[in-house]
Amino acid sequence: MQLEARSLQLKNMNPNKQQYTITVYTENQIGLLNRIAILFSRRKINVESLNTSPSEVEGIHRFTIVINETEEVVRKLCRQIEKQVDILKAYYNTNEEIIWQEMALYKVSTEEIAEKVKVERLLREYGARAVVIRKDYTVFETTGQREETDKLVEVLEPYGLIEFVRSARIAIIKDSHGFHEKLKEFESTEPSEEVVENEFLDKQDEVFTM
Amino acid sequence: MSNATTTPVPTPSKPKAASKSKAPAPREINGSAAVLEAFLEEGVDTIFGYPGGAIMPIYDALYDYQEKLKHILVRHEQGGIHAAQGYARTSGRTGVVFATSGPGATNLVTGLADAMIDSTPLVCITGQVFAHLLGTDAFQETDVINITTPITKWNYQVTDATEIPAVLAKAFYIAGSGRPGPVLIDITKNAQIQKFSYEGYKKCSHIRSYRPKPIVRKEYIEKAAQLINQAQRPFILFGQGVILGKAEKEFQAFVEKSGIPAAWTLLGLSALSTDHPLNVGMLGMHGNYGPNVLTNECDVLIAIGMRFDDRVTGRLDKYAKQAQVVHLDIDPAEIDKNVKSTIPVWGDCKETLPLLTELVEKKTYPEWLKRFKDYYKEEVDAVIKEELNPTTEQMTMGEVIKVLNQFTDGDAVIVTDVGQHQMVACRYAEFKQSRSNVTSGGLGTMGFGLPAAIGAKFGAPDRTVVAICGDGSFQMTLQELGTIMQSELDVKILILNNRFLGMVRQWQQLFNDKRYSFVDIASPDFVMVAKGYGIAGQSIEKREDLPNAIKAMLDHKGSYLLEVFVGKENNVFPMVPQGCSVSEIRLK
Ligand SMILES: Cc1ncc(C[n+]2csc(CCOP(=O)(O)OP(=O)(O)O)c2C)c(N)n1
Repeated sequence: MQLEARSLQLKNMNPNKQQYTITVYTENQIGLLNRIAILFSRRKINVESLNTSPSEVEGIHRFTIVINETEEVVRKLCRQIEKQVDILKAYYNTNEEIIWQEMALYKVSTEEIAEKVKVERLLREYGARAVVIRKDYTVFETTGQREETDKLVEVLEPYGLIEFVRSARIAIIKDSHGFHEKLKEFESTEPSEEVVENEFLDKQDEVFTM
Repeated sequence: MSNATTTPVPTPSKPKAASKSKAPAPREINGSAAVLEAFLEEGVDTIFGYPGGAIMPIYDALYDYQEKLKHILVRHEQGGIHAAQGYARTSGRTGVVFATSGPGATNLVTGLADAMIDSTPLVCITGQVFAHLLGTDAFQETDVINITTPITKWNYQVTDATEIPAVLAKAFYIAGSGRPGPVLIDITKNAQIQKFSYEGYKKCSHIRSYRPKPIVRKEYIEKAAQLINQAQRPFILFGQGVILGKAEKEFQAFVEKSGIPAAWTLLGLSALSTDHPLNVGMLGMHGNYGPNVLTNECDVLIAIGMRFDDRVTGRLDKYAKQAQVVHLDIDPAEIDKNVKSTIPVWGDCKETLPLLTELVEKKTYPEWLKRFKDYYKEEVDAVIKEELNPTTEQMTMGEVIKVLNQFTDGDAVIVTDVGQHQMVACRYAEFKQSRSNVTSGGLGTMGFGLPAAIGAKFGAPDRTVVAICGDGSFQMTLQELGTIMQSELDVKILILNNRFLGMVRQWQQLFNDKRYSFVDIASPDFVMVAKGYGIAGQSIEKREDLPNAIKAMLDHKGSYLLEVFVGKENNVFPMVPQGCSVSEIRLK
């Protein structure tokens, strides 16, 4: 919660800063996480969330990184990321351009919750699900956007929230056609003009507003 | 990623390459021999290195390769990597370094950072403890991969010998292609010893996640040409990209057809002959007056293979704001990084320059060029005249360089250390051919000069190599005199001794009210030190001895150290003070 308030504060300091989700397609190489992470830390950019997972293409990994920055900074960062040898492509998107979710787990005392809260209502209202119910504690799970998972924290806090954890963001880019076609381009020794890194030269406005 | 196991480096098997040379019958060799075989296949002839426990198997294998691979035993790994940098810069090939694990590897850090920021192609091999000891704080174990990640173009740890041929092929490809840079391969001792069935070496020419050269887009060349053809006061800035792209001829053709005045960055120096009529001098903090001032008056700025370093731009928000910018660069991340371009021309300048030359009109800009000349005259009166023909009793650095020019005729390779002497040498040295100026630009590494000169000589054995050193810088790596002695090398060492850490002293004088805080540096008798290493030399203080001393140094067979005492408190001007705009350049 505090964090949220702070990032809002920061946001107010520079109105051009907003949340960006960076999606990075990479080879599966040891050390790559560090190579990517230091590009942020070197510039004193706080990584709000970072997730690594397989992608739609076998053998290719996908990083999802969330930062709060201006578009100019994010664009330059993406070029620095993409420049790394084992990285195929880095995209950045605003929240409007993606579908994103986070998952959260909440551990509460079963005794407390059974006495004071109407569990069923709670589950329905917040789209939560009980993952474990034991005599001593119960673990709920919700999946959603930050506000939704935060709301349940608020609700459960008065009942003694024992543990809370939230996952990194995962995101799907709305108008992406996936990486299969791009990969073919990358694999050919003589890529066509469509090849990715020249892509935004066509979007002159974006290039030239920097 | 966290649960990833060691994955073999993907090697695109290319039928074309394979069919060219028939694959030799597999034979049993160890990882160390595989490293040396890779070197031979890549045409390596010189290795700069220093042995130690974790790289002993490779040195043992090297014993049998001495006929084919020259190994230069340096006195410190930093010296080794700077030598490899000097080699790469004069030869245009990839420099190669050996170092052991732990302290051997950490001694490479300065050179890696230097090579990274100055785009120098290197392949460094470090030994590492046995794979089963990784992460146990074993003797001389250091996490070299993580230490060097931000200062390498690519790095990789090998724990299995079978990976070596493909990894080395990848290393050489990455180091030398696109925007070059240093690559470090850390090889655990077990992999060096391990025998495997060697099936020959395949050079790497494609990595799917790596695009060395962006595709050239004609429409942007056309737009750039249009802009240039309409310009009234166009101005070219060129950097090391021209040299790295081996595009000096293409560049000269572009300059000559377009008729546009051209100025160089520190690392672009020697890409265009210094006496070329359109070469208007040096950019940046201690660059020439005209190029700095007129940057803020030109209407089209054409930046070629340069990255708008802050030492070139001065205050960025007052830099060339009036100009439309055409930026040619091979590295997409450089475009718009510091200076927003109107027309970005991504690509290798060896390819883009001829296309652009084709489309630009043949022109001259006599009035515009005259403005550079007028500013030059002003600079001569205020600075250059006194620097080259001083009226003071004590010698100036500039007059030493002037006399050196007279004897080398612009044909020598000049290697410098870092400080006032570096700026003066680069300002006044004359160059007729490319790859003649070797200096630490982006990192400004004191101690670079002597070891880099050693490497420069191996990279250009037929040329005269002169290391111009400061009394402070020289003391950072002077142990490499031992390398010169043992390798029986011919390197001329010219120490410009002002008995100060001059560049820092200059700043303290100008910006800290002359509070000279720890810049007064004592030196040994350099001539005597050289003598200890069997290197001839002399020290002079009087102007009348200068020509003969320089001549004696150049005529001497073998290495020679000449120390010239110069004025203690001379300053380098002009100067764009830090935080000021290029048009606020000071003449005094
Ligand atoms: C390794 C390193 N340490 C410190 C510096 C900071 N520094 C830049 S120039 C300079 C003085 C160089 O003195 P000297 O080599 O005598 O050359 P001069 O300026 O007197 O010509 C120093 C200390 C540096 N560039 N590199």
